[in-house]
Amino acid sequence: MPAYIARRLVQVALILLGVAAITYCLLYMLPADPARMVAGRSATKDQVELVRMQLGLDRPIWEQFAGYLWKLVQGDLGRSYLQRTQVTDLLAARLPASLLLMVGGIFCELAIGLTLGTIAALRRNSVLDQGLMIAALMFISTPQYVVSLSLIYIFAYWLGWFPIGGYGEFKHLVLPAIALGLLGGGWYARVTRSSVIEVLRQDFIRTARAKGLDRWRIVSVHILPNAVLPIIAMVGIDIGYFMGSIVVVESVFGWPGIGQLTWQAIQQIDIPIIMGVTLLSACAIILGNLLADLVAPLIDPRIKLR
Amino acid sequence: MSVWRGLMRRPVAMVGLVVAVAFVVLALAAPLLAPYAPQEMVPGGMTADGSPLPPSEQFWFGTDVLGRDLLSRMLYGARTSLLVGLVANGLALMAGTLIGLTAGFVRGVVGSVLMRSTDLMMAFPALILAIVIAALTEPSLKNVILVIALVNTGPVARVIYAETTSLAEREFIAAERALGAGTARILFRHILPHLLPLVIVWGTLGISTTVLFEAILSFLGVGVRPPDPSWGNIVFDGQSYFQTAPWLVFFPGFAVALVALSVNLVGDALRDLLDPTLRGRH
Repeated sequence: MPAYIARRLVQVALILLGVAAITYCLLYMLPADPARMVAGRSATKDQVELVRMQLGLDRPIWEQFAGYLWKLVQGDLGRSYLQRTQVTDLLAARLPASLLLMVGGIFCELAIGLTLGTIAALRRNSVLDQGLMIAALMFISTPQYVVSLSLIYIFAYWLGWFPIGGYGEFKHLVLPAIALGLLGGGWYARVTRSSVIEVLRQDFIRTARAKGLDRWRIVSVHILPNAVLPIIAMVGIDIGYFMGSIVVVESVFGWPGIGQLTWQAIQQIDIPIIMGVTLLSACAIILGNLLADLVAPLIDPRIKLR
Repeated sequence: MSVWRGLMRRPVAMVGLVVAVAFVVLALAAPLLAPYAPQEMVPGGMTADGSPLPPSEQFWFGTDVLGRDLLSRMLYGARTSLLVGLVANGLALMAGTLIGLTAGFVRGVVGSVLMRSTDLMMAFPALILAIVIAALTEPSLKNVILVIALVNTGPVARVIYAETTSLAEREFIAAERALGAGTARILFRHILPHLLPLVIVWGTLGISTTVLFEAILSFLGVGVRPPDPSWGNIVFDGQSYFQTAPWLVFFPGFAVALVALSVNLVGDALRDLLDPTLRGRH
């Protein structure tokens, strides 16, 4: 086990290095000019060149990248061009809000997905099953901004049950969390359905039925733990996926998290922030996958780590 | 043909197919169907105080903040959205198949390099990568298509790679080789036909992904740029007015969702009918 984790961590480091290198090259190859952006539209050519020198953007790219990496291993992501603050501080300040939103999103997707999936499986091939599966596909097919704006329109503007945007209390979290989790809920409904159906076919379920156990007990004690635990173990993978969706959801709801920071940074070509967020997201994706791989054998002893 | 019959026996998938085809026809026929030009600020297209008009007999889908007919803009927007989605998906499918096929069949250094780069690409959050590239390149339809194709290549490559490696080890390939068949013959006569079902399934499901990508990028203002309408940027233009003019968000938003849903319905049915990795289950 320790050897496995060590090997995986080396892989993680290599992938992060690759991600850093690609992002760095990409950001410098693209035609947008950060120096021009920082200096402002009305700046003269000389002023732009001065800014370029101050930011160190006039040095050769490999030299810049080496400097960036050297700082990175020391836990320093550089300073934001425009906000004049350490990127690590900016990310740390925004992280709690995004994590809160993600936890809410995971809760919603599991609540929606497991409920719909289990009901569909227990009533499989009925009209209800078909309806639920089409609903699940609808959740998957609707862009998150449409879900977000619809939720705001119906529950905040029309019914007035929740605030339109903002941050701080539980009532602020409800709508963005649903908007973030609905798509995943659709996926989990489909996966849960096939997983429950798979378990329903097993012999021990037939035995439990033959023993005369009541229906609810079979579902809660024998079916759900076997069908649902492996699915919950996959939640780690969603964290990486959420890193993209929060850009949309946070910007619609005005949620002060990393997604909003990313969006602002992209518009201002604030490269240190974009780099920092990309690396953070890559970390989230890789660690999420690692977590899912590590949890799987704990739940199902038949799975062996290799 | 048995696939077609299988599809016919699934009414839900057929509805999806009909809706998807209908959208393509509407997009192609936009110049014939649209009551106004997409950029035309129709006289009387706004209220006296300059607000957009709600849906009415004259403007079926209402008008937008500049007094343009929303139905006409959506019909022309369908052309952009579907064009971007279809072309980007086609490119991703071709590139992904090529990479997966080469890596799975050639193996060795070339294969490793190709697959490790694919893994690396997939360590990026696709949406963030697409937003960054789209925001920092010259805004053009071509670039939007390329960006979306780029981030959707990885998953296709991985699936094709997995299937190719398993195919390449089968006995009939070894037999073919023993009979003296060249690499090209094995690839095109034996491997590729076996991959076709997978390509068809992923190609169909991919359309919904790429159409959704275009919608999200344009909604964030980094995809198709105004004044050219696309379903995403109509929402981008109208979102700040959406409490007073919700039709500016809901019609284009649900158009995207409807296309993605119908394509997914078809793709799902095709996967049940075709995907070799699923055969024998359920």
